[in-house]
Amino acid sequence: MAPLLEVEDLKVAFDTPRGTVRAVDGISFSVEAGRTLGLVGESGSGKSVTSLAVMGLHRGAAVTGSIRLHGQELNGLGEKELGTVRGRRAAMIFQDPLSSLHPFYTVGEQIAEHYRVHFKANRKAGRARAVEMLAEVGIPEPARRVDEYPHQFSGGMRQRVMIAMALACEPDLLIADEPTTALDVTVQAQILDLIARIQQERGLGVVMITHDLGVVARVAHEVLVMYGGRAAEQAPVDRLFAQPAHPYTRGLLDSLPRLDDTDDAPLRAIPGSPPSLIAPAPGCSFAPRCARTTAASAEEHARCLAERPVLGPLAPGHQAACHLPLVPEGVL
Amino acid sequence: MTEPLLSVRDLVKTFAGRRSRTGRPGAPIRAVDGVSFDVGAGETLGLVGESGCGKSTTGRMIVRLLDPTSGTVTFDGTEIGGLSQARLRPHRRDLQMVFQDPYSSLNPRQTVSRIISEPLLVQGESAAAARKRAAELMELVGLIPEHLDRYPHEFSGGQAQRIGIARSLATSPRLVIADEPVSALDVSIQAQVVNLMERLQRELGLAYVFIAHDLSVVKRVCDRVAVMYLGRIVEIGDKAEVYGSPAHPYTRALLSAVPLPDPQAERTRERIVLLGDPPSPADPPPGCSFHPRCPKAQDLCRTERPLLRIAGPGSRQAACHFPEGPLPGGLSRDLPVM
Amino acid sequence: MILYLGRRLLAAAGILLAVCAITFTIFYLLPSDPAVAACGKTCSPERVAEVKVAMGLDKPVWEQFATYLTGIFAGRDYGSGPSATHCGFPCLGYSYEYSLPVWNLLTDRLPVSVSLAVGASVLWLVLGLGAGVTSALRKGGATDRTLMVLSVGAASLPVYFTSIMLIWGVVRTAGLLPYPAYHAFTENPFTWASNLLLPWIALALLYAAMYARQSRNSMIEAMAEPYIRTARAKGLPPRTVTVKHGLRSGMTPILTIFGMDLGGLLAGAVITESIFGLPGVGRLFYDALVRSDQPVILGVTLLAAAFIVAANLLVDLLYAYVDPRVRY
Repeated sequence: MAPLLEVEDLKVAFDTPRGTVRAVDGISFSVEAGRTLGLVGESGSGKSVTSLAVMGLHRGAAVTGSIRLHGQELNGLGEKELGTVRGRRAAMIFQDPLSSLHPFYTVGEQIAEHYRVHFKANRKAGRARAVEMLAEVGIPEPARRVDEYPHQFSGGMRQRVMIAMALACEPDLLIADEPTTALDVTVQAQILDLIARIQQERGLGVVMITHDLGVVARVAHEVLVMYGGRAAEQAPVDRLFAQPAHPYTRGLLDSLPRLDDTDDAPLRAIPGSPPSLIAPAPGCSFAPRCARTTAASAEEHARCLAERPVLGPLAPGHQAACHLPLVPEGVL
Repeated sequence: MTEPLLSVRDLVKTFAGRRSRTGRPGAPIRAVDGVSFDVGAGETLGLVGESGCGKSTTGRMIVRLLDPTSGTVTFDGTEIGGLSQARLRPHRRDLQMVFQDPYSSLNPRQTVSRIISEPLLVQGESAAAARKRAAELMELVGLIPEHLDRYPHEFSGGQAQRIGIARSLATSPRLVIADEPVSALDVSIQAQVVNLMERLQRELGLAYVFIAHDLSVVKRVCDRVAVMYLGRIVEIGDKAEVYGSPAHPYTRALLSAVPLPDPQAERTRERIVLLGDPPSPADPPPGCSFHPRCPKAQDLCRTERPLLRIAGPGSRQAACHFPEGPLPGGLSRDLPVM
Repeated sequence: MILYLGRRLLAAAGILLAVCAITFTIFYLLPSDPAVAACGKTCSPERVAEVKVAMGLDKPVWEQFATYLTGIFAGRDYGSGPSATHCGFPCLGYSYEYSLPVWNLLTDRLPVSVSLAVGASVLWLVLGLGAGVTSALRKGGATDRTLMVLSVGAASLPVYFTSIMLIWGVVRTAGLLPYPAYHAFTENPFTWASNLLLPWIALALLYAAMYARQSRNSMIEAMAEPYIRTARAKGLPPRTVTVKHGLRSGMTPILTIFGMDLGGLLAGAVITESIFGLPGVGRLFYDALVRSDQPVILGVTLLAAAFIVAANLLVDLLYAYVDPRVRY
């Protein structure tokens, strides 16, 4: 079966007064129905830009590469054609539900308005759909709350409204951009459970963008770790956490304070700071911070600094863009 | 324990309710509603809780960025909660604060040298001495002293937070209130700052009140932990006790809600998912404020507010009528707070 | 809501009272003698003294003020005996110059000013918001730059200059329109409009330039909001995104300044009315100033204050309708 979403060699660049920012520099991944891809990275890694580019929501950016949904190429489509895809076949939720909802319209109107557009439904049907969706995402008294405004909802309830809105037109793909980052941890648990439940019921493909490795571990099937606009490592979730191959992934896991830690040894922090996206170094963007590069022989060291590593297969489904991966290359 | 360095008793902060546009003041909001704890010299107390639980307000009252509505803050034997700002000044040396957002808490128009030496100049040091101290502090927090004449925007987020820490250390304080010091930072940078704070504590004998919503970070840096919910401490005790066998159902739920970076554990783990959102402090539920979300609430919880009392074998206290875990002899010993 | 309205009306009354008191005091402190002004230049000193008594100017200032205030609500009589003239509710005093109650003068002139203000405001809203929104949606493009340069140009032209240029170009040279004279709307809407067209343009140009800049900024801000991204992510047609989601929030701040501007103009545009010779409140005010016709000056000031206060209140009430987060 062909994957639901296929992204190949996606590049997104913005022109700024200080130079061209290569926010995303050659990312490929695919998502199948019923599966969740975790897109992990720190700020500036390009994970959010990637998600916006998939939906064609980037503004003033040059996007190259291929984005295929159900085999249909999305990159290069005009706003009008994209309109039949957005909200209908691929939907998106965002980090801050309060600012992502329009303060002047009722939640019911905001859930129904694109349902009416995509399904040529009348007001009555739209409203009925809104009530139905609010009930589905677990908002009590949906028939009453449908006429309320976003500011009358709590943070967690607002994110439920966003989910109801995203799913109103039965999309096949849901892109969730840090959907729980602004929420309290007890509310985060509810929202993650809700997304998982709906995914199961509908066979939804999900792209979960997050900086939180715990969230990835909980929800993802496959994981793509991004660093400096590029893919550092891609693997099935169990494999990634058990046998990370890229020193950056390893470093992230090691630097994380964990609830299940037993010892109090100092955290193994990654030294330095993330790379510049304006004038990226020719070699591996992680090399300046990488302990393995530092420890490597002069020849290998030079290679890390000079030659940009490409994703190489290590095991089925496991790839890392590293000259000195932490696991020996397996046989495919 | 000998005389604690910081002793907070029955701290209360009431804010006037948000004025509606009619100018009618809303009901007063008890953001902090009777909080008591001690911090010993060189110790770290973690203050954890979700947004709106009053943890930041508590921290701000300790350094008197906010005036307490009632209650006492005793620092090194002196009651400072009610002192005038002028009388407070000598104590400011010993009591400093680090903020969440490194950029917005550093004046963008001042050089780093100026930012770090400001507290010293306020205390009456000479400019030359203050600059020398600033250079030392830069080195102490792992920055290059040659960068003293740069401006905050020339530093990365992690470096800016180091500057914030350097500023807080300028007067050689004995207690630093750190309000979400790492939550604005990326994971890889977080660890650098956490390690720095731990090293400084060892080297300088600092005490911290570490305010955070991230339970994993708090577990890493703290000796003792206080869990807050809706303006009150619901559980307080040694880290090992609170994290190892949480007594309050809220602490339990909070810990079980944190996703672990371990997919296998995540799949098998039993989770307590709480219903609903934390209630608004403007309209707290009667009785135990946690009861509407508590999986084991009883009638008693709806009417009577539970007080902090010893729960479990150690010194840990929980404010719950039905604390979790076995108690010695199946009895809870009713003891006065603290 | 009712409570809120009550408070606001009370506050409005307070403001008007304050305006009244301040203006009254200023006049009292001025050296010119109203009795002389009322009586005329050739008046004998005895006559002036008589007029003073008849007008109540011999009384202490607070008593004069009290008389003025009660006059507004209850009317008052000037003089006594058979020569007394009654000035009915709402009595804003008697004009020395016209020997008519100020209120009658105002109501006579008001339609002219209202016609001028309303017509001009429609024109500047259409021009200003049109240009501003177009600019915002094409931010950085050639259209945007052209419109913004034009708006700077328009904003830097003084009203008297544009007015004179319009009269010279359109009326004198091209003869396209008659020299503006006021004709009531009820008389003939077409004559009304064609006569007022030039004053409208002269007055609207400056405001349109200001509104273009304001609405451009506000619209750019609105279109950068995360909820616009949400609307696009939902697959709404671009028009719906712009108009329904962007425009409504982008235009809300314009409401406030529009209320103030219109409120201020309703009580007369002094320069425009004077240049075009329109007998409006602004012209009345100008004449009164020249002739120190104090009751008229006081009356116009009060009227202007009342319009502004009312416009403000109206705007605040409208806000609650536009923005559901605002509740009274």
